[in-house]
Amino acid sequence: MAKISRSPWILHYDGSSCNGCDIETLACLTPVYDAERFGVINTGDPRHADILLITGGINTQNKPIVEQLYSQMPKPKVVVAIGICACNGGVFKDCYNIIGGVDKVLPVDIYVPGCAARPEAIIDGIVKAVALFQEKHDKYEAEKKEGLQ
Amino acid sequence: MGKRTIVPFGPQHPVLPEPIHLDLVLEDEKVIEAIPSIGFVHRGLESLISKRDFNDYLYVIERTCGICSFMHGMGYCEAVERIFDVEIPDRAKYLRTIWCEMSRLHSHLLWLGLLADAFGFEALFYQCWRMREKILDMFEASTGGRVIFSVNKVGGVLKDMDSAMLKGFVAEFDSMEADVRKLTKVFLKDYTVKSRLKDVGILTKEEAIQLGAVGPMMRASGIELDTRRLGYCAYGDLDFDIITSNDCDSFGRCKVRIEEIFQSFSLIRQAVDKIPEGNIVVPVKGNPDGEAFVRVEQPRGEAIYYVKANGTKFLDRARVRTPTFTNLSPLIKILQGCDYADVPLLILTIDPCISCTER
Repeated sequence: MAKISRSPWILHYDGSSCNGCDIETLACLTPVYDAERFGVINTGDPRHADILLITGGINTQNKPIVEQLYSQMPKPKVVVAIGICACNGGVFKDCYNIIGGVDKVLPVDIYVPGCAARPEAIIDGIVKAVALFQEKHDKYEAEKKEGLQ
Repeated sequence: MGKRTIVPFGPQHPVLPEPIHLDLVLEDEKVIEAIPSIGFVHRGLESLISKRDFNDYLYVIERTCGICSFMHGMGYCEAVERIFDVEIPDRAKYLRTIWCEMSRLHSHLLWLGLLADAFGFEALFYQCWRMREKILDMFEASTGGRVIFSVNKVGGVLKDMDSAMLKGFVAEFDSMEADVRKLTKVFLKDYTVKSRLKDVGILTKEEAIQLGAVGPMMRASGIELDTRRLGYCAYGDLDFDIITSNDCDSFGRCKVRIEEIFQSFSLIRQAVDKIPEGNIVVPVKGNPDGEAFVRVEQPRGEAIYYVKANGTKFLDRARVRTPTFTNLSPLIKILQGCDYADVPLLILTIDPCISCTER
């Protein structure tokens, strides 16, 4: 945490969750849990976002939407899967419409387990994502200097 | 006639916590028609009935929605109990009532916050959610979970609340009620709020009946109907009026929900006064055979549970008709002719729960 100099912005998308993790994620951003003290801010626009928080698994209809959101985000980007459904499908794993966790379509960096994931766990995930974003950003800048990007 | 444009709205939109997609046909700044498409949150939850037995399925049906998860579990349990023809203990009925009303409280506070966010009043949004956290703490103290409790069981409830805890809750609610009253003054008296809500999204009484509106959406159009009047759980023993409003607009919907918050406080107090001592669960043996149909008043309106069993431990069918699904056609109606800038607000006034709708 000591080296963090960036303030990444967060985009939240509800895959096919039951709303539980979804509401808990929103509760994290309100003053009681206040994830914004770690320098993040919630945005509704994928083109401004650095960290993608996804709750819920992937189904056939939201697969293109999730892929599109990810592709619209600027590089570098971090994906956090919140709740057990986003990690591997959870209780809905056996449903005909669920493809699986978010890692079936996107490279997930951080998994936050729980049904529903507790705000403390979500904040932990966000803090880890902020640190990882810094790391990815430093690497990206160094590569840009060398002309690799 | 102005030029017609089609603007896509959603599924990912800053104001929407959940994905729903609307194609808005605009003529200048006016919405002429709204065409919804749903299915982004569809999981196929009802199909799991063939893979989980009727006791385990409770944990699946609770996850229909994270906001009223308790009521989904309760509605399903009541339906299975009706097939078994068992009467649950009175204490369990009262405990269910208390948890139901706490669910309604936190759902309505959540909705007030989201509404404030939709018209750009961020401080109000944060205040509403701060109050809501207190109720979630109480849920955690009494059931162990914040949003998903799994405290229901076919035949009763799994956890009891002792009288010290119940008294503590009532004391907490007393201090909360004063805070909420201060907060709701802003919603009902502030002129900036009024200017966004008054005469926006009119749904007349006739239209509400015709389009099958339910819950606060219907009651705000002046129709006096509340499924709690059927007297399921302990509602038959409690004293409450049906809250209606003749405003027929977004302001009326806001008013009805605010009044319902205070009604829930009063219902919890009455239930704590009257709660009898005794068991909280009766043993249920064997497998269900038959079918049952149960109606439950959720924060968003009337939900219907249908369960059909065949004498084995796997049910034939478990169906939920959720309130947001029936409220979608009134939504399409109130979107016609509204300003484009009011669309996010109007979508929120039906209190949409998309994960309920699409299951």
